[in-house]
Amino acid sequence: MRRITVWVLSTITVVVLLFSYRTSTSSRAPGTVVASGTTGNGGAANADPGVGSASTAGASRTFTGDAVSTRYGPVQVQITVAGGKVTKSVVTQVPWSERRDQEINAQAVPVLNQEAVQAQSARIDMVSGATYTSDGYLRSLQSALDQAKL
Amino acid sequence: MPVSIHVRAVRTDRADIEGAVANAFAHLRRVDSVLSPWRTDSDLLRVRRGELDPAAAHPWLAEVALLAAEAEAATGGLFTSRLTGPDGSTGFDPTGLAKGWAVAGAAGHLQLVDRVAFCINAGGDLTVGVGRNLDGFASTWRIGIQDPADPMGIVDVVEVSSGAVATSGGSARGPHVVDPRTGLPVDRSGSVTVVGPDLLWADVWATASWVDEEQATRLMAHSHPAYRIIAHP
Repeated sequence: MRRITVWVLSTITVVVLLFSYRTSTSSRAPGTVVASGTTGNGGAANADPGVGSASTAGASRTFTGDAVSTRYGPVQVQITVAGGKVTKSVVTQVPWSERRDQEINAQAVPVLNQEAVQAQSARIDMVSGATYTSDGYLRSLQSALDQAKL
Repeated sequence: MPVSIHVRAVRTDRADIEGAVANAFAHLRRVDSVLSPWRTDSDLLRVRRGELDPAAAHPWLAEVALLAAEAEAATGGLFTSRLTGPDGSTGFDPTGLAKGWAVAGAAGHLQLVDRVAFCINAGGDLTVGVGRNLDGFASTWRIGIQDPADPMGIVDVVEVSSGAVATSGGSARGPHVVDPRTGLPVDRSGSVTVVGPDLLWADVWATASWVDEEQATRLMAHSHPAYRIIAHP
C-alpha cells in the first residue's frame, strides 16, 4: 500500500513473457500474458493487452510444464489458471534453490519476489536480480502456458 | 523472461493508461519478433542463416548492431554481441543490449501519459520513469537488490524516481556470462548492480562489471560517468 505523495496511489501490474524460449511444438508467439493484477488502495482495474484467449470465468485448472533438464538439475513449473489468467505458479523442482517445492505464489515472477521480500518486512517496490531468466524455469513455464492455451 | 509493467496513478483504471501499457507491450513484442535469437523467424536469425539480406532486414537490426559495436568499444571488449545461441551457432546476438533498448522504446509510450509514474521490470533489470503534465506528481520506487545467494532475499535497496537498475551475477543458477577475452564462463559468487539513466547502458555495464569490475569501473567513469556500480559479494 503506497502513500508516496499526497495522493493515494494505485498500482497496476501486468506481466508478459518475452525474449524467452518457445517450446518446440508451440506455434504461438512467445509474447504471452502470464498474469496481471493490481495492488494499492484504489479500485484499480486490470489491463490485459495481448490476451488471446476468451476470458471466460470458470473453475481453476492446473497445468504442469515439462520437466526441463538444466546443468543444475531439473526444473518444473506448475501453474493454476482461472478465468484465463494464471493465478498461481509453483516451481516443483528447483535446482537453483535449496527450498524444494518452494511456492512462488503470486501473480508473476518479479512480483512474487517482491512479495517474498515484503514478507521479510522490508519495504520494497521492485526487485533487481540476476535469477529471473533461469532458462529451465522459463521453458517449463512456457510449456505449461502452452498447455493452458493462454 | 517475464516482463512486467507497473503504473502508479491516483486511478489506474484509465483508458489512456491501459492503452499505453498495451502499446508498450506491443512494442516489446515487435522488438522480440525482429531481434529474438530464439525465434527462428526473427530477422536476426534469418540474416544469420543467410536467408535475409541485411539491407532488407528491419532497420532495428542495424541500429542495435551500431549500439552493440559502441558497447563493445566502450567496455574495452568486456561486453560482446558475438555469442553462441541456443541452436549452437555463433554469430551476432544483441540480446545483451536489445532488452534495454526495447524497454526504452516501451517506456516512451508511458512517458506520454499524464500524471503517472511507471516501472518496467524486464527479467530483473528495470527502468523507472514518469509521464507528463505531472503537476507536482512524483513517485520514488524502492528497488531491492536480490541476494545473489538467496533468490528470495535482498541485500540492498536503491531508491529511483527516474532511471534504470540492472543486475548481473552468477546467482544461484550458476555462471551464465562468458568472459569474451577468454571464452570461459565467469564463475564466481556475488552480483553487480549498475544504476544510471538508461537501461541499455546500465545493463551493458552490469555485464561488463561482472566480467571485470576493475576495468569496467575505470572505463565507465570515462564514457558513462552518470552510472554507478554497486557490487555485492
